[in-house]
Amino acid sequence: MEKTYAGKTVNISEQGYLTNLDQWDKNIGLEIAKEEDVQMTDRHWEVIEYLQDQYRKEVPLSIRKVGKSGVVSIKEFYQLFPKGPLKISSRISGIPKPVSCI
Amino acid sequence: MKTTIENPVEEMDKTEKKPIKKMMLILSKATIDNVYACFILANGARMEGIESEIFFTFFGLEAIQKKKLEHLHVATVGNPAMHMPTMLGGLPGMEAFATKMMKSEMEKLDIPPVGEFLEILSASGTKLWACKLAMDMFHLGEDKLIDDLDGVLTVGDFYNRAQGDGTHLLFI
Repeated sequence: MEKTYAGKTVNISEQGYLTNLDQWDKNIGLEIAKEEDVQMTDRHWEVIEYLQDQYRKEVPLSIRKVGKSGVVSIKEFYQLFPKGPLKISSRISGIPKPVSCI
Repeated sequence: MKTTIENPVEEMDKTEKKPIKKMMLILSKATIDNVYACFILANGARMEGIESEIFFTFFGLEAIQKKKLEHLHVATVGNPAMHMPTMLGGLPGMEAFATKMMKSEMEKLDIPPVGEFLEILSASGTKLWACKLAMDMFHLGEDKLIDDLDGVLTVGDFYNRAQGDGTHLLFI
């Protein structure tokens, strides 16, 4: 599927996750954040950068790993993205939907 | 007389979707498989933005006792899924061995040990409650329970917290 974010056409999955991180830019992230009702702050972007970095290194993501990363505590992670931290932050990051249950 | 629904799946699609808003889990057992099932369901709910609460009752209290929570076992006797003769399952050390195997497999899947899992649950906003009646029965003081515990409740208190649309209760 294709969708236009911030004037750029990107490929997305059925659930609305970008399928190619190379197509991502900050403005696209901002528009997705708006869809998810997230007001982005510097802390949010720090988490997004970390997630993208991990994805590029092919490390599977989980709440537990994010909590141990030193970037953000689990508690703060939930405060930043209350409607589903890993799921929503991944969508804003332009990486695939996480498959972890933890 | 009610007629049989010919195509239940299609019928279901027609009804309005009501998302789950809150999961209320009751943990009454202390075998490690039951404890993890409960924790994963509670944590999975939070990950989807669904509220969750756990009510620890009867043997489920073992999972929140500081001194016991890291020593829970899988049941090797009376558990047909172990695929071993009951006599063998009862041999000394068998439970410990099976538990060790299971824990190492879980660590590979990034599933945390019980204590760390409770910390994750608490940080995620899952409410952890101990059952008052079961605590009285086992003569357990609150000092024996984890620091992250949100409180001690009666069944009535727990049901009161289950009010509202989209709340589901699950007994494990």
